[in-house]
Amino acid sequence: MADSVSEEKEKLTIVVFSGDLDRALAAFMLATTGASMGMDVTMFFTFWGLNILKKNEGGIKSQGLMRRMLNFVNRGGTKRLKMSKFNMFGLGTWMMKRLMKEINMPSIDEFISMAQQMGVKMVPCSTSCGMMGLPEDAFREEALSLTGAAFFLGEARESKVTLFI
Amino acid sequence: MQADQTLDCMGLYCPMPIVKTADKIKSLKTGEVLEVVADDPGIRQDMPAWSKATGHEFLGIEEAGKEIKVYVKKTHD
Repeated sequence: MADSVSEEKEKLTIVVFSGDLDRALAAFMLATTGASMGMDVTMFFTFWGLNILKKNEGGIKSQGLMRRMLNFVNRGGTKRLKMSKFNMFGLGTWMMKRLMKEINMPSIDEFISMAQQMGVKMVPCSTSCGMMGLPEDAFREEALSLTGAAFFLGEARESKVTLFI
Repeated sequence: MQADQTLDCMGLYCPMPIVKTADKIKSLKTGEVLEVVADDPGIRQDMPAWSKATGHEFLGIEEAGKEIKVYVKKTHD
């Protein structure tokens, strides 16, 4: 007799507001673990979290002096992410990456790739993009198209687990 | 304990053993047993939790020195 396990997957939604490397890693560890447990995972990247999904190479074309200044000091991209504490002008972040390698922990790029393969949806917040002057092509290929808070809340209200990182 | 396939996760920390288990279980037939060998102590709790969430059967743990061997039976596709 088949047991009554529902075909519907449990949902996990994660808001990634932070652009710190350590917080990004935590978000991806939870997202990939959730996916490996059969959960339907959506990650909603907003504000500083957008830095995690920005392409590493190329310029960001935006309009207006303030936006251009912002995107200059806040270029983003995984290779520019820093530890939230003890960055120590880059030394702390460099050491953390060494420690990660030592224990065979995937890099943030590897996590993003793994997450995509596992069906995790990585979504940039359209409003933050509008405010910061970020076009859709500023983001890497794993990022889905820009979406709004209503979509996020639509997922969150059906989610078993919702997290804000 | 007998196993039909083995997954070596020595040197890998959470979530990697679980992520790899989720992938490896696809290549087993229903009823087959997967042995996962890891040295991350987190596996002792992670595997029962993963099994409960996915509906597969957690069979037990055997420890041999640094190796922690956990056994899971695939119960469905």
